[in-house]
Amino acid sequence: MRHIISVLLENESGALARLVGLFAQRGYNIDSLTVAPTEDATLSRLTLVTHGNDQVIEQITKQLHKLIEVVKLTDLNESAHLERELMLIKVKASGAARDEVKRCADIFRGQIIDVTATTYTVQLVGTSDKLDAFIQALAGTTILEVVRSGVSGIARGEKTLAL
Amino acid sequence: MTSQSKQTEMLSGAAMVIRALADEGVEYLYGYPGGAVLHIYDALFQQTKVKHVLVRHEQAATHMADAYARASGKAGAVLVTSGPGATNAVTGIATAYMDSIPMVVLTGQVMSHLIGDDAFQETDMLGISRPICKHNMSVRRPEDIPAIIKKAFYIAQSGRPGPVVIDIPKDMTIPSQTFPYHYPSEVKLRSYQPKLKGHSGQIKKAVTALLAAKKPILYAGGGVIMGGASNELTELAQLLNLPVTNTLMGLGCYPASDIQFIGMLGMHGSYEANQTMHHADLILAVGARFDDRVTNNTKKFCPDATIIHIDIDPASISKTINAHIPIVGLVQPVLSEMLALLHHKKKKPDSAAMKKWWQQIYEWRTVHGGRYDNAAPQLKPQYVIEQVSKITKGDAFVCSDVGQHQMFAAQYYGFNKPNRWINSGGLGTMGFGLPAAMGVKLNYPDADVVCVTGEGSIQMNIQELSTCKQYGLGVKIINLNNGYLGMVKQWQDMNYESRYASSYMDSLPDFVKLAEAYGHVGIRVTEPEQLIPALERAFALKDQLVFLDIHIDPKEHVYPMQIPGGAMNEMFLSKTERT
Ligand SMILES: Cc1ncc(C[n+]2csc(CCOP(=O)(O)OP(=O)(O)O)c2C)c(N)n1
Ligand SMILES: [Mg+2]
Repeated sequence: MRHIISVLLENESGALARLVGLFAQRGYNIDSLTVAPTEDATLSRLTLVTHGNDQVIEQITKQLHKLIEVVKLTDLNESAHLERELMLIKVKASGAARDEVKRCADIFRGQIIDVTATTYTVQLVGTSDKLDAFIQALAGTTILEVVRSGVSGIARGEKTLAL
Repeated sequence: MTSQSKQTEMLSGAAMVIRALADEGVEYLYGYPGGAVLHIYDALFQQTKVKHVLVRHEQAATHMADAYARASGKAGAVLVTSGPGATNAVTGIATAYMDSIPMVVLTGQVMSHLIGDDAFQETDMLGISRPICKHNMSVRRPEDIPAIIKKAFYIAQSGRPGPVVIDIPKDMTIPSQTFPYHYPSEVKLRSYQPKLKGHSGQIKKAVTALLAAKKPILYAGGGVIMGGASNELTELAQLLNLPVTNTLMGLGCYPASDIQFIGMLGMHGSYEANQTMHHADLILAVGARFDDRVTNNTKKFCPDATIIHIDIDPASISKTINAHIPIVGLVQPVLSEMLALLHHKKKKPDSAAMKKWWQQIYEWRTVHGGRYDNAAPQLKPQYVIEQVSKITKGDAFVCSDVGQHQMFAAQYYGFNKPNRWINSGGLGTMGFGLPAAMGVKLNYPDADVVCVTGEGSIQMNIQELSTCKQYGLGVKIINLNNGYLGMVKQWQDMNYESRYASSYMDSLPDFVKLAEAYGHVGIRVTEPEQLIPALERAFALKDQLVFLDIHIDPKEHVYPMQIPGGAMNEMFLSKTERT
């Protein structure tokens, strides 16, 4: 099953390498990974999407906890949560496709953020599923480039992952 | 900062490294110099508190520090130069990591501004060591050195212990640049707070389950030794009349001479230990991790057992075998709490059931019982180990290499005290034995320290005979010479129709002459009747290193041996018998 794990990590050199190394070394999957500093410059916030059975996910969270620089972590799947991913997608937009891409972007509430005579670059934010669906909806057009940020996640309600 | 009664000392980074080690209580620093650590060596030279031990290969320095930790429970310290010095230490770091041994390894590094340029003797030691150490750090400002060293010792020795690597660029140790020195008395890390006490509710549950069990077993590992909980474990076992089995790492945490001890378990465990585990209705696992050399096929593992698992590392619990009653915490306070509960309850397990269980265990004991064929004209390794145990009154530090000799030592020495059996269990590092024995002998000069080895393993760090001469380390080397990489040969006998691909040790040196060349005493034993006089002579030469080159039967195999893919209790018992 797919899990979204949020981690607060000491913002120190080597900490990220240690975390990623753990996944490589123990054969765990990383489907996506996003990292950036938080409002507290000493901490990085990391959202990691992985998949595996319950036993594997339990090991992943335990092994992550063992890393000295991991301050806190939570498996977002344990309660209601929000997830968002950003995608920038450059498509061929000439002839009939030009209108088609625009219509599709509107339906998905995407924004066209760059335009040339033959291309559109669309920005879209949503769950990973929604981004996948948009790519499928564009099946008739020529996709030139796709850039996805990976998932960022947060718990719903008052629950927080903070110090 | 009102009045500064004592003026803060100003020290260079190099001097701070050494002073911090001294303040940490480090007596011996095992190491080898080189360009990147010359400032530190110069600082070492100018003081007397920390004594340096010059090995002949950096791997030996790590094993010496590691074995000191295994014997004393305190972290050992190592200093090596950058590049090849650091990479030579890698095997030793991994060895300590696999067995959860506290150790602090200082590696030199090229100057900060050269890092990343492929400078002379630059290797990314942080990258190399990351997966084989508990933690690693690099020094970026000389004034941080005391705090980093304190942190390293704290991390190495707390929680589940392990090695910590500190990478020190040369420009952090420049003698002319000084900084205020202050050694912190404690460390607090917001991201690392190992759990100490076990959950009381879980402990209660465990006690209830123990009292209800009809076929219990206590399975204790290296965590009991590193956690200093042998006394509590022994008391608990005796209070409840539990059969006790030890892992390879746990030998000595319960006295082997006691009737309740049923031997080591696992791949080369005793018949009765593996049977008792398999048929148990309750397994109390303490400081052990259900690793693959214990469980055999996890799908067939102990079908009827409720499992209580006490360990300091939550990740060790339910990793390979699901625990029904997990207890995370230091084994010593958890066992104490269990004992207190039991004393309070004044209850005992069902005595009729326990009597029946013990009868069954005694029956299993008669099936194999550690027998071996001593009739052959050639010396048997098992017999040699028994005689070594006899002459040292079962009280020596036994430091082993890796192979058949290691298993024979584990099976036949009979360890009655913790911290006496010192071997590389997790990584299985050939070459560990001699440096390990050196590390112990240096720190326990009055004790009998034995290195049990084979002609293959000993040659992996034979150069350390020179270090032994320099520091007067009177280790007794028991070289069980079978002329083969015996453990490899055994597998080839069993699985490859005795095709001995590269397991025959050709062109062996004359070990007696070799020992003499290094300034030691060498004795060769080829006939059974020579053994006891040779041992007597060797152990009488108190302060001398004696190399006993003992020629044993090369055809001997280690038994019992679990059948691959089978359950705990499926074993070969000899070359012709199996369960
Ligand atoms: C560094 C290293 N290389 C290879 C091995 C694989 N190995 C395990 S036991 C063994 C044979 C050891 O031979 P010896 O020291 O003569 O001991 P014996 O088994 O004959 O008692 C080998 C090669 C190992 N454990 N460590
Ligand atoms: Mg051999």
